[in-house]
Amino acid sequence: MTRTTTARGKRGLTVLAAGGAGLALVLAGCSSSDDSSDDTADVMADVDCADYEVYGDLEGTTVSVYSSIVDLEAEQQEQSYDPFEECTGATVEYEGSKEFEAQLPVRIQSGSAPDIAFVPQPGFLRTLVADYPDALTPVGDQASQNVDEFYSESWRDYGTVDGELYGTPLGANVKSFVWYSPSMFADAGYEVPESWEDMIALSDQIVEDTADDPDTKPWCAGIGSGDATGWPATDWLEDVMLRTAGPDVYDQWVSHEIPFNDPQVQDALAQVGTVLKNEEYVNGGLGDVTSIATTEFTEAGYPIIDQLCYMHRQASFYQANWSTLDPDLQVAEDGDIWAFYLPAPSDAEKKPLLGGGEFVVSFDDRPEVQAFQAYLASPEWSNNKATATPQGWISANNGLDTSLLQSPIDQLSVELLTDEEYEFRFDGSDMMPGQVGAGSFWTEMTEWIASDKSDEDVLDAIEASWPSS
Amino acid sequence: MSQAVPTTPDIDAPEGSRGDDTKAPRRTRSDKAARRLTSKPASIIAICLAVLWTIPTFGLFVTSFRPPTEIRSSGWWTSFFSTDYTLDNYSDALFSGSTSFASYFINSIVITLPAVVMPITIALLAAYAFAWIDFKGRTFLFVAVFALQVVPIQVTLVPLLTQYVDWGIAGSFWPIWLSHTIFALPLAIFLLHNFMKDIPRELVEAARVDGAGHVKIFFVVLMPLLVPAIAAFGIFQFLWVWNDLLVALTFGSAKDVAPMTVRLAELSGSRGASWHLLPAGAFISMIVPVAVFLGLQRYFVRGLLAGSVKG
Repeated sequence: MTRTTTARGKRGLTVLAAGGAGLALVLAGCSSSDDSSDDTADVMADVDCADYEVYGDLEGTTVSVYSSIVDLEAEQQEQSYDPFEECTGATVEYEGSKEFEAQLPVRIQSGSAPDIAFVPQPGFLRTLVADYPDALTPVGDQASQNVDEFYSESWRDYGTVDGELYGTPLGANVKSFVWYSPSMFADAGYEVPESWEDMIALSDQIVEDTADDPDTKPWCAGIGSGDATGWPATDWLEDVMLRTAGPDVYDQWVSHEIPFNDPQVQDALAQVGTVLKNEEYVNGGLGDVTSIATTEFTEAGYPIIDQLCYMHRQASFYQANWSTLDPDLQVAEDGDIWAFYLPAPSDAEKKPLLGGGEFVVSFDDRPEVQAFQAYLASPEWSNNKATATPQGWISANNGLDTSLLQSPIDQLSVELLTDEEYEFRFDGSDMMPGQVGAGSFWTEMTEWIASDKSDEDVLDAIEASWPSS
Repeated sequence: MSQAVPTTPDIDAPEGSRGDDTKAPRRTRSDKAARRLTSKPASIIAICLAVLWTIPTFGLFVTSFRPPTEIRSSGWWTSFFSTDYTLDNYSDALFSGSTSFASYFINSIVITLPAVVMPITIALLAAYAFAWIDFKGRTFLFVAVFALQVVPIQVTLVPLLTQYVDWGIAGSFWPIWLSHTIFALPLAIFLLHNFMKDIPRELVEAARVDGAGHVKIFFVVLMPLLVPAIAAFGIFQFLWVWNDLLVALTFGSAKDVAPMTVRLAELSGSRGASWHLLPAGAFISMIVPVAVFLGLQRYFVRGLLAGSVKG
């Protein structure tokens, strides 16, 4: 309670201050602004420059960073670099663009690659290494040691191409979450399901209880996302695949050791269909099954607030959307909105956990670039980033001090990520070759929903699009 | 049926059928067109079209003042019954970023002005040469320049950027200015050439007989006549550069040189959650082009007609 009120008070002040400052700025013209200093102070509060001595004196050097992270999240990124800049004397020039994936190859080709880029998918990293082998620099010793020390083996593997480490892990997110409203569940007397079977039983129960209200459904979903439309549906399939076929088969599927249209994948897709293509289950407050394809994923969970939908499967980063909808919404276990782990079948040995993350690649081996990459893989950076981010950021760095995380869902995510009982797997579509993972997989899953294409046709079409090499 | 206007019998049919050919004064086509366009039904149709075309923009305008929750839950046309309007979207769009919107605004101006002046200056000289100086291969060269319009700018992006990196000017305003100039030249030369060709030969020849050289003819005889054409192309180019995202993104997305369109593209946030800010952002960036268009629109229409349709 206290936190939200202070946050709101601060927001009001900021708007007021921004109004005044903005007027001054308009008059002053293009002064490069550094007016977020009040937040920066937090990050700089207990920084001990002794921790940064390993990077040496980098006075007068500049490191350019290019990524797909923009706006507010970009500001938080930049703040997390302040201690490094302060202690080593280096300057970090950050640039974010939503056209990152299209623009990065253009820059590499024309010889103006940034020093550092944040690549959001291992599959894209592999494409970059394959297409521009001379442009990318393998990770330096210092950063490599940090990865060994602070990240698990599997995270190192995601950034490794042909035995060479090219990408160090940056942030992470957890995708196996189902968002729900604790108060709605309490009012109706529902319990958070512990197994897949429970969850289906609960869905049936909701269908029964809301029979007189045709608009209310147990589930709501949306896979619209501009030219990436379809990705939330691929996450669904991956999550269910992990649960029905198990992590080992999942790995084979992702690396194409078994064909994309393997019978086990068909089973998984059929199971996704029992939820997403079930007229009784979807699409609460939004329409029928086909409305899933036309609803933006950013909006798809909102019917929960209007009590028209009970459950919405989406990643941990969806919490930002709740605060965009209404800054007063409390994301907490006893608040307005919360998420439970998408349960595994009761007979599963381990609980699979689907997630994603970004990777830092470098295009230059200058000492300051290497040092900065090492810093981004260090626990100091993770903790600085946690301090700078009110919500929506976690890392798989085991040196991360979880008490610094400010949002309950972030804490829960890290808890699941580090819990031995859960087995982490990276988002499959992010690992697959671009033609599939960022192409046919998306479009075919959209077809699957929008034009009711059969399970078999969908998987056959994706298999056919897999690059032969 | 009337014999007086064989080219367009259908237009004159009701009039001509009234009778005597010789009595009807011979009208030019444009007179007739003007008369028909000012008739009542035509006005009604024009007004309807104008309203239809304005509705989406108007909706956007209303939306830009509505609170985010309202935008998500209902259409803008339902908001007339409530008085729930806010300026928050504008203040968020203007001041929420780490770099103030004002600096992007200034970048836009710094990009646009040279990117309009440079192609017009070069194109004026080229058009004059093509129109009034006889040299070998003139026609061929002119067709070649015009044919360059066919080259899609997308295929030039990587080679151009490579050049700029080699020259060491990447990251400054120069790549953006040069690129816009390059892309604008074929059309600019073509338009201005056609316009110059329309100027009566006698005028130029008379000046020549009086002893004027090319420079004098260009500045004293042609320039005053060219103002509408220059203004028309200027508006074209201004709107194109001001609204351009592709060139800006490729050649200058660094914060110091990025124009407003780049900022607008990021306004909705990494995952598009803040799209309710887009209407407000769109209106902020529209203010200048609308002002320019309204201010210069009489040149726009005159210049367009003069440059293309010959009477």
